[in-house]
Amino acid sequence: MDTMRINVKIKRFDPEADRRPYWAEYRVDARPSDRVLDVLNHIKWEVDGTLTFRRSCAHGICGSDAMLINGVNRLACKLLVRDVGEVVSIEPIRGLEVLRDLIVDMEPFFDSYKAVLPFFVNDDPDPPRERLQSPEDREIFDDTTKCILCAACTTSCPVFWTNDRYLGPAAIVNAHRFIFDSRDQGTEDRMQVLNQANGLWRCRTAYNCTEACPRDIPVTRAIEEVKRELLWRRA
Amino acid sequence: MARAHKYDVIVVGAGGAGLMAARYAAQNPGVSVAVISKLYPTRSHTGAAQGGVGAALGNVSEDHPEWHAFDTIKGGDYLTDQDVAESFATDVIDAVYELEHMGLPFSRTPEGRIAQRKFGGHTREFGKSAVERACYAADRTGHMILQTLYQQSIKDDVTFFNEFHVLDVIIEDGSARGVVAYELATGELHVFHAKATIIATGGNGRMFKVTSNAHALTGDLMSILYRRGIPMEDPEFYQFHPTGLYKIGVLLTEGARGEGAVLRNADGERFMERYAPTIKDLAPRDMISRAMYFEIGEGRGLGPDKDYLHLDLTHIDADIIEERLPDITEFARIYLGVDPIKEPVPVQPTAHYAMGGVPTTNETEVIIDGDNTIVPGLYAAGEVACASLHGANRLGTNSLGDLIVFGRRAGIEAAKFASASEYAPMPAGADERAREELDRIRASSGKERASHVRKELQETMMDNASVFRTEETLAKQVEILAELQQRFRDVSVEDTGTQFNTELMEAIELGYLLDNAEQLVHGALNRTESRGAHSREDYRDRDDEQWLKHTLVYKEEDGVRIDYKPVTLGKYEPKPRVY
Repeated sequence: MDTMRINVKIKRFDPEADRRPYWAEYRVDARPSDRVLDVLNHIKWEVDGTLTFRRSCAHGICGSDAMLINGVNRLACKLLVRDVGEVVSIEPIRGLEVLRDLIVDMEPFFDSYKAVLPFFVNDDPDPPRERLQSPEDREIFDDTTKCILCAACTTSCPVFWTNDRYLGPAAIVNAHRFIFDSRDQGTEDRMQVLNQANGLWRCRTAYNCTEACPRDIPVTRAIEEVKRELLWRRA
Repeated sequence: MARAHKYDVIVVGAGGAGLMAARYAAQNPGVSVAVISKLYPTRSHTGAAQGGVGAALGNVSEDHPEWHAFDTIKGGDYLTDQDVAESFATDVIDAVYELEHMGLPFSRTPEGRIAQRKFGGHTREFGKSAVERACYAADRTGHMILQTLYQQSIKDDVTFFNEFHVLDVIIEDGSARGVVAYELATGELHVFHAKATIIATGGNGRMFKVTSNAHALTGDLMSILYRRGIPMEDPEFYQFHPTGLYKIGVLLTEGARGEGAVLRNADGERFMERYAPTIKDLAPRDMISRAMYFEIGEGRGLGPDKDYLHLDLTHIDADIIEERLPDITEFARIYLGVDPIKEPVPVQPTAHYAMGGVPTTNETEVIIDGDNTIVPGLYAAGEVACASLHGANRLGTNSLGDLIVFGRRAGIEAAKFASASEYAPMPAGADERAREELDRIRASSGKERASHVRKELQETMMDNASVFRTEETLAKQVEILAELQQRFRDVSVEDTGTQFNTELMEAIELGYLLDNAEQLVHGALNRTESRGAHSREDYRDRDDEQWLKHTLVYKEEDGVRIDYKPVTLGKYEPKPRVY
């Protein structure tokens, strides 16, 4: 297959060597069908072994490699060279501390996720077989079960950039997954968390999250559904 | 000095088996548990499993655990230990209900029960026709299992050490004492002293060029334990999944064929009708992968190089594809620019799953010989382990079943052991071996890049030791591996940093991959028969008289030693395997 010459600009930072981040440029050959992750691997394996990023599954299911690519949050393994053009800029996702090159501190992100009690709650005795759920009830929260916790949504959110205590869209998506599950009984506790000052109501429906989601979850709509549910419950 | 930690039970690996093990170990009051993973738990490769978990719930049509056990044994070409398959087929039913009770969002039947679909090699009445046994959540069943178990671990407040690479397992006087791990964020070494250690680190598919496996799947613990004197059981049995996306190997679930998709050659022929007249495209994976190679060899492949085949979903209702197979549809669209609703998808076999691994009893205790001598305090579950449930070829959906059944057993057994025993002492200087290995690579001024050696490993393994093998290709690969091991000694790294030195870890992982390849190639060269996923062109038949036994490959000073372990037979006499 034909290769093309591309110019890759990567925002780099090594806490042991650099005082501040800088842009490094690499001119490399790539095939249009290559993933951006393949390009990063090529640079790491052939040009500069010190380039540092997270990756694992390489097909958009593990959520390791969310990055800001040409100004938009994407998974590097789910974006092809043919779709980014000959000049590519790659930066770490925003709003989380950069630890090295494209690696950010994910702990605050997971802390917000954990805060919404993202686990199934049902205190009734377990039935001998499955709990029943109609396909229609199952469908209501189908989209939000797709989340891979890559943080592309939360780190594209302008509210999160200015207030890192905001729970962020990913946490709310995962709350939605349980709130709209007909089998779950934990909604009261979850709603209390979401109703706090840095919870649900910080959302300004910028839609960045929906555009950023690599799993095509309608994130903003999910947040709106949780808002409506909270209002109904208070009414 | 390494930092010291102490937990009653240490779990290495945070995929399905590791999280299940941690959950069960932690349910025992007074038993402290920690999970160590080189990734964040939700990045584990369990999340990439698509099609379903097989269990005879009978929600769609009549089914029985006996049928499931038989299919597993026949699918494994009778190398499966029959007692293991029978207890598995029973236990997996409860394990699936348990996942549902933990909230796992299975797809549903119109009656509201867990939805089930057909899958390769799963049949009713001992082979009569395909049966709906795979319990699924669209085509992201593994993702939902991983998410659900991680969610429960948050509820249970499990302790995690994320992005810690285990570099050594301490075994002293025949018993396990814990592990040594490298903290990626700081470069520090940690010694985890444990009463019981559970290994649940998954597979080693990255030794092949075309694979469905994550970059992380480098067989770390299969190598570390091998270096520590534990043999690997049946490493020659490596599964190639028939439907990987052409060239990149990303998986397209067998569930697609369960929903009616078929494989076609360049003539548009549904060629599996010739190879498996009864269940056709739902034959086990080893048979279909071989059939695909035959078709390509006969010139009936597609494309300019005639080297792929078509997976055809175009006759399936578009709504069913979007509802039940959304992820694989997207993979085909993104990576190949092909819309499965409108046109067939180019596929080729992709390296997928290690049937072999760390030998264990049915209760997940690690054993070191054919007499089932156990290593007290050491357990293994999931793909890294070999009980042996999958024998010579795993059936689709049985990997997820394996994780939950054996993960649970490992947690229970390890906690039982820990409750009943004191800490065996951690030897002084436990971190020495790990430190030496790191120092050697960091100090090396050799001219080799790990990436170059790895690439050559992956390409030659694909050429010489994948779906078809001969004495010639395997002997050649033995030589190549010896040369690559030499070159590995010359690998150096540019990165001298202590924080997130992923280049250093990739070099260490290459050493693991080389060991894994060595185990596989020696096992394959030694086994002069064809059985399940191990196809010798120079020994085309299964030879039960000579080879109805498990391989054990040991690392010795000057190469490898091979020993054997009997197969546990039972009510199913080995028969020719036709479908």
